[in-house]
Amino acid sequence: MTVPARVAELVRDFKANGRIVIVGASLAGLRAAEALREEGFSGPLTIIGDEPHEPYDRPPLSKQVLKGWVPADHTELPRLRELDAQWRLGVAATGLDRTAKQVLLADGERVPYDRLLIATGTRARQWPNPTEAALAGVYTLRSRDDAARLRQALAAGPSRVLVIGGGFIGCEVASVCRELDIPVTLVERGSAPLVGALGGVIGEIAAQMQRDHGVDLRCEVGVLSLEGDASGHVRRARLSDGTTVEADVVLASLGSIRNVEWLEGSGLAAGFWGVGCDAGGRAFDINGVVTDSVYVAGDVARAPHVLYEYQFLAMEHWDNAVLGAQVAAHNMVSLEPDYRPHLLLPGFWSGQFGVNIKSVGVPPFGDEIVFTQGSAKQRRFAAAYGRRGRIVAAVTFNNGKWLEYYGRMIEQSAAFPPPLPGWDRPDDMKPIAADFPEPGVPTATSDVVLTGHDPNQRTAEFRPRGR
Amino acid sequence: MRIVVDLNRCQGYAQCVFLAHEVFRLSGEETLTYDPNPDDARRLQVERAAAACPVQAILIDRLEGAQPRSVTS
Repeated sequence: MTVPARVAELVRDFKANGRIVIVGASLAGLRAAEALREEGFSGPLTIIGDEPHEPYDRPPLSKQVLKGWVPADHTELPRLRELDAQWRLGVAATGLDRTAKQVLLADGERVPYDRLLIATGTRARQWPNPTEAALAGVYTLRSRDDAARLRQALAAGPSRVLVIGGGFIGCEVASVCRELDIPVTLVERGSAPLVGALGGVIGEIAAQMQRDHGVDLRCEVGVLSLEGDASGHVRRARLSDGTTVEADVVLASLGSIRNVEWLEGSGLAAGFWGVGCDAGGRAFDINGVVTDSVYVAGDVARAPHVLYEYQFLAMEHWDNAVLGAQVAAHNMVSLEPDYRPHLLLPGFWSGQFGVNIKSVGVPPFGDEIVFTQGSAKQRRFAAAYGRRGRIVAAVTFNNGKWLEYYGRMIEQSAAFPPPLPGWDRPDDMKPIAADFPEPGVPTATSDVVLTGHDPNQRTAEFRPRGR
Repeated sequence: MRIVVDLNRCQGYAQCVFLAHEVFRLSGEETLTYDPNPDDARRLQVERAAAACPVQAILIDRLEGAQPRSVTS
């Protein structure tokens, strides 16, 4: 038998008899499992999830669920095909033994794999003071259960909601509160809401939008402490400017933490920004060597991106989970000439205060911004972000139909300012500083980040020079 | 039934809102919200809405009353 024929037979055999384990039973895990079956993988497939629920969609949680239109348990994701799999729901993975090729579960079981997909995503960052975080009335919002609890609190008609952190989740919750006619205070340590994701120029527009809708917005202020009453229910917050806010519901929307703790000791390149992998989803080990049997997808993955100087990109975006999972699944059952890259142009949306905010590219990669269409005053506009004379991102407020155009410009590395489409050109089209916070300034982090290598967090095995 | 709308793709044409207004709603001018698990009685309506979507952003469960095949623990 020739070598290529033998290799082809190995692939066929793996597709029929290999064991694949997916850790993470949310959007990425589900879509990867479906894609594996679609690719003709018919071996045993196990999906492990720490939540007891079937895969559900998260974006509705901070919108239609909180508003009370849709119950939190009505968010289950559609199945795009029949899926024969062993589901292990309600049990967390606690360890990975790459030598024995086993995933360790919280109940003590070991699940063997031939190929593994890591799709453990992120969790909400809790309020840092554990005693204060344990007060009744203090919430975070990431899971379906979080949303059900917060919805119940909002339905009870609180006197005031305090939102800590002006990222997308915080802003969406503030928006829902105003729609429900609940008084709301939003406290943001940066200069404006959304400043980490979209910069200060757009942040200022978001700030005005909030104030127009009656949000008590306090920027460049931190929350020092939360105080409860005798029954252990939160009542007020002390702020860094010396003021206090009386509130009986507090949402800590402080961004997310990547679920990588279970990988400690596995020798994978896992850390604060997630699990490093190549653009095909293959995980790197701690020394930067690509593995053959471990793959990564979704929020927890970070991979070099050709459009952004091959810097590692971590994207907490819905379509990154879907498409990254599909690429990883394909590559898990393929060999080299058929590998596919996951080179997604990042994109996200957020509905708040009646405005649809959408973006493509990586806004914080840019340092300049130019308004290219519409009017900021009417909150219907498009703006492009540039860096060193090329367009790297764009944002629209109620102007989403144009985003595809900017996406194409970014893919082509078009000049900045880009050639302008449409007719509704703003009066002033001079690029100005996009006004992103300096790295290290505490503010809600962007949900797409260019992730740096932190030598302090790594224990690469440096090889002594031979003689 | 279960549905999901790819809101990166959605451009707020709102054809779905006209065809299945109990399931799809506009919040503001172009922000689509929807009921991800509408009643099965609305399947035909929802399928029409999905078919009419100019950017084909609506994904519908392929299985009638889909449940996972083997749920353990």
